[in-house]
Amino acid sequence: MNASFNWLREFVDFDLSPAELRTLLTQRATTVDDVLPLRSDLSEIVVGRVLEAGRHPNADHLWVTKVDAGGGSLFDVVCGAPNVEAGRVYPFARVGAILPGGVKIEKRKIRGATSEGMLCSARELGLGTDHEGILALDTDAAPGTPLLQAMSVGDTRLVIDVMPSRPDLLSHEGIAREIAAAIGARLRAPKIARDRKGSTPGKATKGAAIPVTVEDRDGCPRYAGVRIDGVAVGPSPRWLAEKIEAVGGRSINNVVDATNYMLHGFGQPMHAFDADRIGGAKIIVRRAVQNEPIVTLDGVTRKLDHSMTVIADAERAQAIAGVIGGEGSEVSDSTTSIFLEVASFDPKRVRATRIKLGVSTDASYRFERGVDPEAIPRLLDYAAKMIIAVAGGAITGDVEDVKHERPAPPPVRLRVSRAALLLGDPIDSDEIKRLLKSVGFDLKQRSRGVFDVTSPSWRSDVTGEAEVIEEIARLYGYDRFSSDIRPFRPSRVPDDPMYLAVQRAQRACVESGLLEARPMPFVGASAGSKLRVRNPLAEDEAWLRPRVLDTLAKRIEYNFSHMQRDIRLFEIGTVFEPDGANELPREQMHLGIVVTGARRPPHFTDPSPPDWDEWDAKGLAESVVASLCEDVRLDAEDTGQNLLWTVKSRGKAIGVVRELEVDSPPWAGRVWGIEIDVGAATESAHRGKRYAAVPSMPAIDVDLALVVPDSTPASEVERVIRGSAGDLLESVGVFDEFRGSGVPSGFRSLAWRLTFRHAERTLRDREIQGRTARILSNLESELGIKPRSN
Amino acid sequence: MLSSPRKREPHWPPPDGAVLSSGRLANDKQVVRGRPSYFVDLTANHSRVTLTEFLDRVTALDDRARSLLASARSQAELEAARTELLGRKAGALTLLMKELPSLGADEKREAGGAVNRAKTTIESLLDERATELATSSRESRPVDFTLPGRRAWKGGRHPVTMVVEEIEGIFRELGFTIALGPEVETEWYNFGALNFPPDHPAMDMHDTLYLADNALLRTHTSPVQIRTLQQYPPPVRILAPGNVYRRDFFDASHAPMFAQIEGLSVDEGVSFVDLKATLTRFANALFGTARTRFRPSYFPFTEPSAEMDVECSLCHGSGCARCKNTGWMEILGSGMVHPSVLDASGVDSERYTGWAFGMGPARIAIERYGIPDIRILYDSDVRFLQQVNG
Repeated sequence: MNASFNWLREFVDFDLSPAELRTLLTQRATTVDDVLPLRSDLSEIVVGRVLEAGRHPNADHLWVTKVDAGGGSLFDVVCGAPNVEAGRVYPFARVGAILPGGVKIEKRKIRGATSEGMLCSARELGLGTDHEGILALDTDAAPGTPLLQAMSVGDTRLVIDVMPSRPDLLSHEGIAREIAAAIGARLRAPKIARDRKGSTPGKATKGAAIPVTVEDRDGCPRYAGVRIDGVAVGPSPRWLAEKIEAVGGRSINNVVDATNYMLHGFGQPMHAFDADRIGGAKIIVRRAVQNEPIVTLDGVTRKLDHSMTVIADAERAQAIAGVIGGEGSEVSDSTTSIFLEVASFDPKRVRATRIKLGVSTDASYRFERGVDPEAIPRLLDYAAKMIIAVAGGAITGDVEDVKHERPAPPPVRLRVSRAALLLGDPIDSDEIKRLLKSVGFDLKQRSRGVFDVTSPSWRSDVTGEAEVIEEIARLYGYDRFSSDIRPFRPSRVPDDPMYLAVQRAQRACVESGLLEARPMPFVGASAGSKLRVRNPLAEDEAWLRPRVLDTLAKRIEYNFSHMQRDIRLFEIGTVFEPDGANELPREQMHLGIVVTGARRPPHFTDPSPPDWDEWDAKGLAESVVASLCEDVRLDAEDTGQNLLWTVKSRGKAIGVVRELEVDSPPWAGRVWGIEIDVGAATESAHRGKRYAAVPSMPAIDVDLALVVPDSTPASEVERVIRGSAGDLLESVGVFDEFRGSGVPSGFRSLAWRLTFRHAERTLRDREIQGRTARILSNLESELGIKPRSN
Repeated sequence: MLSSPRKREPHWPPPDGAVLSSGRLANDKQVVRGRPSYFVDLTANHSRVTLTEFLDRVTALDDRARSLLASARSQAELEAARTELLGRKAGALTLLMKELPSLGADEKREAGGAVNRAKTTIESLLDERATELATSSRESRPVDFTLPGRRAWKGGRHPVTMVVEEIEGIFRELGFTIALGPEVETEWYNFGALNFPPDHPAMDMHDTLYLADNALLRTHTSPVQIRTLQQYPPPVRILAPGNVYRRDFFDASHAPMFAQIEGLSVDEGVSFVDLKATLTRFANALFGTARTRFRPSYFPFTEPSAEMDVECSLCHGSGCARCKNTGWMEILGSGMVHPSVLDASGVDSERYTGWAFGMGPARIAIERYGIPDIRILYDSDVRFLQQVNG
């Protein structure tokens, strides 16, 4: 909502600057987003004092002056105005300044005399029509002060963010009501200025009143109208056009501008029909017929349906109720009789209609938030007077006013004790009464500390005790309430186990040197998602991802396209899949990891570090998952199609390690991906690790070089070693794989390191030798594996 | 059967023309370790040796080591000496140890002790000499100490996550726990239970992405309020971080998905003063000693509703372009929980009262890091993520 500062002052007397008004409204009623001086085109004009004025040597009608415009130096200015006088101050445009008309001031010679700027007339500044001389200023401001600061020039627009619950603030009157309440002033309706220079009063070509029938009472609780004959449609008087422009509108003609004045001034949308073009000279408010056509004021032919309300004449729809008028009965220059509509339409109906038709107007904006039906007779009377004042004419017949009485909502019971409880600081009854009455509420004491509160007709949003208490709080001032911490009880709700699991996953990833990404979970059709957004913003983002790696792969491609080769990202986010007959899909929290490029940053000692490979990916998965779940195993059983390992915890598959196929430039490395169900980690969220004594006795390492056929996985060999080594075996692992000389093809040599340790004593060689021999013999008998001979 | 990794083509000639190493384990056997290993040589033929002979050999080895190390003039010579003395296969000490089994049990203990002492001595001599050589080589060869140090890749969280966690930390100190909820919700949880009037302009602020008639991407984290109150009796003090969705086109200041944090406190006697106090304390913790202000606002699920602003960090309240000359920055929306929300959740709204708030951590991240375009937060450019974690 745009409000004009000057217009507000016609509704209430106040002595506040635009900035002060902004603070007042923001703190008490609704937020003022911006304050815009409407004459910013004058921002370069300053106050200039003429110190000397003498005749131009070569021209009779010109003056040569010296002007002080601040800054310490004087300007030579040639001026043609008869009223220039030494010692007086005038608006001054320096060299480089641009006048409202777009003229740029330059240094130039006028009949041989240099001129370094311009003293301006009212017309040149768009401040009036006077061009007889320059504009003498009545100000004490120092030379050089911007004109906009030195005097009140032009209007200021307040851009107000009106919340949906406060349609009463969608007008100057409504905002002025809040100002009046705040400063204790009286609200008034502006005097209607009779237009002096505008159109002549029209001829009294009198017709008959236009009768109104409301068939659709649900869609139109109140419909009032009046016929005005003898109007002369023409340009609006300046004051009216200025008001429309001050709120960002465009002046159309005097009649239409007058209805727009009512909309912005009082919040009541009105519509003027050309009375001579209302077929059968009657108005019927009814539901639209299915597929009923209408050409609306924007020139578009629209097809209506039965859910919409129209204003029709005897023959056809002439307007869509509360949304937009029809072209057929539009007021034009040749119009001499009008029918002025002032009505209240059902907010839901208006909203549904304008959404369906895709047309939003200042009128629909207000109707769908609700207008004050009680104000209709008063505003119709005011509007008719205004139209007659600016366009001439006279009312014919009686005012039509059809209303469908709705029972007034019952008063709201307000307990003073409840207000104190909810607000935390008590406010006494008298103060509550004073505050609520200042904005139009009526209070009747029901019992001690209990009031019956009746809302004013323009505050249909206040329907319960909580809403009344909000009124009290805001009028009292939010800033006046204490902000000291008071005792509280801690939450009974435990932390969500998923949250704790996510925290651990995040920490594990950061510790592994990965950077967190937060992309959106939308993917294109190719990801194979079964969940589509019905009303997507873009087709390539119309589906909800089934895997985190789908969106992370896109991030890899993004980095590739920005010439980044070394990428290591993780994301913890939701993945979606349909959940049978359930309305809501199944959501799981997944961890995704992608790595590609150099395994470590290059250094001058190591300019080309090796790329991440599958073993890095496997190790990364092992170490990250180990901090989330118990009994983790990476299974290579169901590999294929880029799938390298299945991650299992307690035998249950919880993730994968795979090679990703992405759109790669030729210089990019291979891309590895890991995806883990973080939900699997929630079970052990609260479980910690147990202490185990750190060994103090020496260990003995045994290295075994075993010739292993390719068909036997290392995990099998490890199983046999572990099964044969006995309980002194502390750890076992492969430290080398070798193929080549001395190893037959189809085989490899796997070098194992076995570490034996006894917790309480030093081991003897013989103990180890015995175990080693047993391991070797079991390997041979179970797997046919022999040690490598040198 | 082991899967064999895809054959790899070296297709990244770095600018200097060098070829990257394959990244596979080296084929040659290396393994140089400080501790001797017993590589079992099952083919070794053991001949008898006496204890005295053995101890003599230990002494000889010790002498040999001292002279060898003293004469080593470079790291390479030192390595050669190490191999000769301690080499796993044919090192003098290893060979000596292989003789051990041929001694008697008592002899073995003495011999073993001697050989272990020799080993320890040789190792420390090797280390000493290595340090000496390193020091002298530094003196002899100039080293440019302005060259950069060697680093590892550093991990880090997303800036939005950092802000979320900072906020969580502040509220945890004030007795809050963390609650989560689904990102796809029903109409009732997202709107109905939260007192959104159907077909009301309040819905315009929640342009919604739908999956089905009664399945939508939640437009705020407020449904978590309902789900939590349905499950747990007061006192409830929860923080609900999560992603929310709006049908907004992706541009410099809007995204169809963004992070939100919801807070809810419900108990007997909870008041607007508690709201102000807690949120003011939070603002002081997050923004330093910034001043706050509360101004009227509207949310269907709170009454009274209040927007909290903090003093603009750029102009400190005097007004600048960033705060549109107000001197304030909008931080969060809040209010007293509407009684109908409590009723819808099965909580007695006469007995219990509560307050709630919601805020966008991305906006704070944008402020904090001076990020000009919200899309940067979604791009996940590694250079950006490294920057903020630097």
